[in-house]
Amino acid sequence: MDRTLTIAKREFRGYFNSPAAYIVVCLFLLLLGFFFWSPFFLANRASVRGMFDLMSVLLLPTAPAMTMGLLSEEKRTGTIEVLLTMPVRDSEVILGKFLGALSLLSVLLLLTVAYPLSVSTLGTIDWGPILTGYLALLLQGSAMLAIGVLASSWTDNQLIAFFVAGMMCFALWIVSRFLPFIPQQAAGIIEWISFDYHFRNLVRGVIDTRNVFYFLSVIGLALAMAFRSLESRRWS
Amino acid sequence: MAATTIAGRCLAPAEGRTPKRAGAQRESLDMSEVMIEALDLSKRYDDSLALDKVSMEVRRGEVLGFLGPNGAGKSTTMKILTCFTAPTEGTAKVNGCDIFDDSLGVRKSIGYLPESTALYHDMLVLEYLQFVAEMRGLNGAEQRKQVKKVVEETGLEGVFAKGIQTLSKGYKQRVGLAQALLHEPPILILDEPMSGLDPNQAVEIRDLIKEIGRERTVILSTHNLAEVQVACDRVLIISKGRIVADDTPAGLSERAGKRRYLVTVQKSNGLSETSGCAALEKISGVQRVRSLAAEAEDELSFELLPTTDEDLRAPVFKAAVDNGYTLLDLHREGQNLEQVFRDLTTTESPDPEAHDAAAE
Repeated sequence: MDRTLTIAKREFRGYFNSPAAYIVVCLFLLLLGFFFWSPFFLANRASVRGMFDLMSVLLLPTAPAMTMGLLSEEKRTGTIEVLLTMPVRDSEVILGKFLGALSLLSVLLLLTVAYPLSVSTLGTIDWGPILTGYLALLLQGSAMLAIGVLASSWTDNQLIAFFVAGMMCFALWIVSRFLPFIPQQAAGIIEWISFDYHFRNLVRGVIDTRNVFYFLSVIGLALAMAFRSLESRRWS
Repeated sequence: MAATTIAGRCLAPAEGRTPKRAGAQRESLDMSEVMIEALDLSKRYDDSLALDKVSMEVRRGEVLGFLGPNGAGKSTTMKILTCFTAPTEGTAKVNGCDIFDDSLGVRKSIGYLPESTALYHDMLVLEYLQFVAEMRGLNGAEQRKQVKKVVEETGLEGVFAKGIQTLSKGYKQRVGLAQALLHEPPILILDEPMSGLDPNQAVEIRDLIKEIGRERTVILSTHNLAEVQVACDRVLIISKGRIVADDTPAGLSERAGKRRYLVTVQKSNGLSETSGCAALEKISGVQRVRSLAAEAEDELSFELLPTTDEDLRAPVFKAAVDNGYTLLDLHREGQNLEQVFRDLTTTESPDPEAHDAAAE
């Protein structure tokens, strides 16, 4: 566990050693600010409901950008050889990388708290759904990061990792919008595997264990697959 | 007679016990302890065989040099011993831990410098060493002590506050070495530690490795023969995934120091390759004769390997005259290390003798 945290810490610090993390975070906040505030005064309601939907879309490119280099860069430069010949389990490496990215995501989400705070000065807002909204974002973001770690474990090219992870996340996010075109029998299943369905429930202010469980399963599954992919180097 | 039989009888069980006793001695006398034991390691990548049943033993305090052309299997062997990859067949024990059953144990007892000297370029030297120390379970005062020690050992004092990406190749190599030394591992595995260094740096690193190799086991790979001679106690030459030679550098030089005689005679009636070989083999002091590809069509060339250091030129000349050969050329030459290396690594067969026979 110590080693997992050591890896996570290194990744987290690594983000801020290069401009990449600053660019990603700033771009996210700028776009969020623009798209959230520009219709805000037209609606003339002190509500942040739209912010969560917006953030869930913005995470689609942001999360893969955070994870794209985690393993692929180590593979490309060869540092993975040093890392994996240290007394550390492959699972600890995967978990450490994931936690490193998760801490950056947490920082990003923390920065956006400024928006609900400023809205609360304009009128009374209900903090309950905001808390569950952040929980939803954290869960969906984590699931996206786990998928990103998985994509990063497949290749030694950051860009490929970014696009593969982005496409997978996008597919899981958009699939619920295709429900009208899907046969009745399959619709239930398709809806259930989409991010959006579980996300919406949580944003509404309802913490349903089924929704939480869904996101945790996606995280678990993606990380387990990343672990297998990392481990497979030994047998190739 | 009776006394000798009794003595013989008494000896027999004692002899039976000797190996055990030697084993017990080995444990107390740790310099002869086997630190790395590989058994029939094979590695197959898709359809090519990178390693073919490589077995070896390396003892404590031994600096072992892996020599071989690129793609011979040096790095693959090292990757297997460091548990980065697994052999297709065979197994190995490192410091008593099996690479399959106790890979963490193996990795705790090794320090590894991979071929590419890959480092995290976004970190400072100090940060990087602290990270590795933490990964190795060194914390607090112990970590500071060890980091300070390896920084001094590898001469990184001047650069430890610099970014790794700004360092020269030589310094990067030193950081890689420092990283491998941090936890004072009993075994060091260094993949081409001296490649890409200027001669002065190479000498420094080599001396450092020798120093380290006094109490610890070091495996290093290189394709520089001179380095091996200076730095290693033992040399394994690997070619096409097989060990083709296992010798001390002195032994290799001896092999290299052997003279050979090249004889060229004019082709004539009654003189064929085989009869020529037979005639030349009769000269006393000649161990082996083989015919070489002649430069011209009406010539025959032979290579003679002597058994002793005695000068064979006069006897060869005499033999040629006695047999009525027209001697065109006769000279003596020393075989150098490069030649031995080439001989050993350009053959399919692991046995140089067999190769010579095949060439005939």
